[in-house]
Amino acid sequence: MAFMKISSPHAHRPGTTGSVMQTVIISTVPGLIALSYFFGPGSLINVLTAGCMCMAFEAAVLKMRGRPIAFYLQDYSALLTGVLLGLALPPYCPWWIIAVGSLSAIVLAKQLYGGLGYNPFNPAMVGYVILLISFPVEMTQWAMPRTMLPEGQSLMGPLSAMSAVWAGAPIDAFTAATPLDVFKQNNSLLVEHLYDTQAVFSTARWAGAGWEWANMGFLFGGCYLLYRKIFTWHAPVSMLLALSFMAAIFNDGGSSHSGGSPLFHLLSGATMLGAFFIVTDPVTSATSNKGRMIYGASVGVLVYLIRTWGNYPDAVAFAVLLLNFAAPFIDYYTLPRTYGHDKPRRATEKEEDA
Amino acid sequence: MRKTWDIHGGIHPAENKTQSLQSPLGSVPLAPELVLPLNQHIGKPALPLVAEGEQVLKGQLIARADGPISANLHAPTSGIIQSIEDRALPHPSGGSGPCIIIASDGNDTWTELEPCADFESADRNLLLDKIRAAGIAGMGGAGFPTAIKLNPRGNLTIDTLILNGTECEPYITADDILMQTRADEVIAGAMLLRHMLGNPEQVLIGVEDNKPDAIKALNDALATADNKAIEVVPFPTKYPSGGEKQLVQILTGREVPAGKLPADVGVVCQNVGSTVAAYRAVRFGEPLVSRITTVVGEALETQRNIEVPLGTPIGHVLQHHGFNASKVARLIMGGPMMGFTLETANVPVVKTTNCILAPSAKEMPEPPPAQACIRCGMCAEVCPANLLPQQLFWYSMAEDLEKLEAHNIADCIECGACSYVCPSNIPLVQYYRASKGTIRQHAIDKEKSDRSRARFEFRQVRMEKAEAEKEAKRKARKLAAEAAKKKMAAKQAAGVDKPKVEKADVLASAIAQAKSQDLSPEDQLAKLERAANSARSRLEKTHARAAAAEGEKKDAILARVKDAELKVQDTERKLAKFIEQTQSASAAEASTDKQEDVESPEKQPAAEPDAASAAIEKAKVKAAAQASMTPAEKLQQQLDSLKTRVEKARARLEKAEADNDENVEAFRTGLEKMQAKYEKLTLEQTNSQNDG
Repeated sequence: MAFMKISSPHAHRPGTTGSVMQTVIISTVPGLIALSYFFGPGSLINVLTAGCMCMAFEAAVLKMRGRPIAFYLQDYSALLTGVLLGLALPPYCPWWIIAVGSLSAIVLAKQLYGGLGYNPFNPAMVGYVILLISFPVEMTQWAMPRTMLPEGQSLMGPLSAMSAVWAGAPIDAFTAATPLDVFKQNNSLLVEHLYDTQAVFSTARWAGAGWEWANMGFLFGGCYLLYRKIFTWHAPVSMLLALSFMAAIFNDGGSSHSGGSPLFHLLSGATMLGAFFIVTDPVTSATSNKGRMIYGASVGVLVYLIRTWGNYPDAVAFAVLLLNFAAPFIDYYTLPRTYGHDKPRRATEKEEDA
Repeated sequence: MRKTWDIHGGIHPAENKTQSLQSPLGSVPLAPELVLPLNQHIGKPALPLVAEGEQVLKGQLIARADGPISANLHAPTSGIIQSIEDRALPHPSGGSGPCIIIASDGNDTWTELEPCADFESADRNLLLDKIRAAGIAGMGGAGFPTAIKLNPRGNLTIDTLILNGTECEPYITADDILMQTRADEVIAGAMLLRHMLGNPEQVLIGVEDNKPDAIKALNDALATADNKAIEVVPFPTKYPSGGEKQLVQILTGREVPAGKLPADVGVVCQNVGSTVAAYRAVRFGEPLVSRITTVVGEALETQRNIEVPLGTPIGHVLQHHGFNASKVARLIMGGPMMGFTLETANVPVVKTTNCILAPSAKEMPEPPPAQACIRCGMCAEVCPANLLPQQLFWYSMAEDLEKLEAHNIADCIECGACSYVCPSNIPLVQYYRASKGTIRQHAIDKEKSDRSRARFEFRQVRMEKAEAEKEAKRKARKLAAEAAKKKMAAKQAAGVDKPKVEKADVLASAIAQAKSQDLSPEDQLAKLERAANSARSRLEKTHARAAAAEGEKKDAILARVKDAELKVQDTERKLAKFIEQTQSASAAEASTDKQEDVESPEKQPAAEPDAASAAIEKAKVKAAAQASMTPAEKLQQQLDSLKTRVEKARARLEKAEADNDENVEAFRTGLEKMQAKYEKLTLEQTNSQNDG
């Protein structure tokens, strides 16, 4: 009888791509809990809706491509993109924002390039950026944190949240500027005074009510992923360090022109989400560890630049997309030194330098 | 604790080593038929020395190494050579190759052996010869001829001898049990190799720390022998620390440079199994005829290590271990990380068979379908060669050979750690093997085309050179001609009168030439005799050559013989004629001696029978006639001659038609042409007559 002919190796570590993605999704839960606690069920609705829409769009495209849907959906990459997109979008944004974002992320930025592994740009960030540029009004209405709510008013309940998302009910009473918004618009007050006068800062502990805890939540999730060795420390730590470094240099002693302290930057906006969930996206970042450090550091620097001197209050999405452009270039010049060779090689050389 | 270094990456797969260590080292009954492939090593296959039907004894040399990178082959048992034919080989390709088949007679009689009790005093080259003669190759799985490794190039000094007892692959315990049961032979072998390499400073036996029994056995043997030269170095278990390059790094911290050997950094690394085999070859004169193989897997009832003769069919081994063919997922020769699958159990055990693995489906399930590569980089984290397997994978898919080479695909040791950890279950090593093959083929093709291009360019240059030379010659000739012309013109101008060269003068010069060749009768005789002699000797020579030649040449030479004979006849005839003529001439001379004074001047020209002068006379007459004719007479003469020729042609054509000659058409056209010419000339004559 003929036995099976299979190429070596014949042993394999348990685990699949799907389990990796599932672990990442689960690690977003602490941050999501913080967001929901401080801003209401908006983020949760976003996450669930975006997740479902992304899976639906992926299934539709797979059907059109004639691929087995169950097999490809099982890698949970569409769900993860939906979760990240949902976390990035403002809570209580209309459903069609979520739909357009999901469409851009899954179909435009991922499937049209060939599916998982073939996309050069981070799909969630592409979706976010397309929305931000196309629908600036809806994308800049951020929810008010619990601590800033006036007396007697509570956070939106689930029903009113659903009506806001699906029925277009107005949410003006529940919106407020984010800490980054506030800093961007400040020209006159010293940072100290800003912290005292603005409710979003005065009601907070370190850097901005609600947002600081959300970032802490994502930091916690990220540390768990590092512990599980889902990714290496090089990219996220480089990004955070570079951002802190830039903020420290340009802090300007807390004057009215200051861009914000390092602590402020680390715990505001999408910093931690970006560091541990966006920058670490393996498909679109650099390959070698050295490359990842350069990639992460460049993202950190760019985030600070755009936040402080650019047009947008938060900049993680743009910074990441710009570095996605550069990732192949970084890869060419950051090969590790192979065993038995004196120096690392460059991917562009035809022959090894003697 | 001796310092050890760590390799980059590495994995910790489930060891699965306890199954085969429950039972002691065993054996299987002798198989009725032993199949011995001629190539069980790296290098050229061995050349058979025996013929079908020949009786051989155990340990007898049956095939000798072909060249330096090859190994001898010996009969693993006594019996009769059944045949030398192609059989399925234990190779990943599943192909077949030449094998010597021995039908064992069951007696297992050894041939005469040459033991050597004291090798410390023996000459190093003699020891090398013994090891080479014993056909020992790397038994850890690579199969590199041991004698070559133990003879590094003259300019390299070896300061470290490493014995590889690592056995990092899961399931395999062959070296483990060897070290446990034959530790003294391992130590003795180490001392032998140490002596052969000129006593290097360190002799290290590298063993992973998951083999405590083996480590203890080795240390006990060292203590008993009070041996301070050898050190047993345990280090943390990790796959693939047993690879030669990795072990060198772990035990010495040195990296073997890419494309070079460990000898280039002063290290020689030998598997413990090969060491023991080398020791037995020298000490007892035993060639390599058997080895220890781990037989393991859930599809077997018995799992253990066995000492098995080379050439034993795997099927025979499996049969004696309670093999369940329906339970087995796949049959592997080697370990689960680097072993290759066998499609049939009808292949033999060879020098490099360290394990026969027959796992059940539960133990080794079918690999799930591969998903997309997400560049997670886990493969890069575990690669012992510090490569970027994810990039190698993408470039393999794209068949971008330049980028593959820039990413050092040649340094991949195909250990399988990357595929082991890949979350997408991509068979990475398969891609790298395929790419390496493509690159190798490209290199061969490129070399071929480079050589063709070099030949073509050289040819172009050569032709240009030839052209240039011709041009130069032509130019030189032209210059010489011009110079000659100038000289002539200068001579003319200087007043040397040179009469105009006319037809009659050409004739005169020809006459002069012929006259100058007029030799005296004696000289002419001598010349003719010489010609006859040379023709005769040429004939003899050609005869001799014809006798010596054979085949086609003979025919050609026979033809030449014929020619030579004709020539001889010709020259002899001329000679005879001349003699006759001279005799008649002298006779005529003698008879006309009385009238000599009056008639000799007239007779002499007539007595010269030269064909040349006769022709010249004729031509002279004709030229004179021509010179004295008018144009009209000339034309008439032409017409007359043409008429006779037309008559002749007509007669010939009639003959041809009568004979049905194939050249009838040619004759006809010839005739027609001549007739046309005749008519033309007649018309011309008429016209001129009318004019005149």
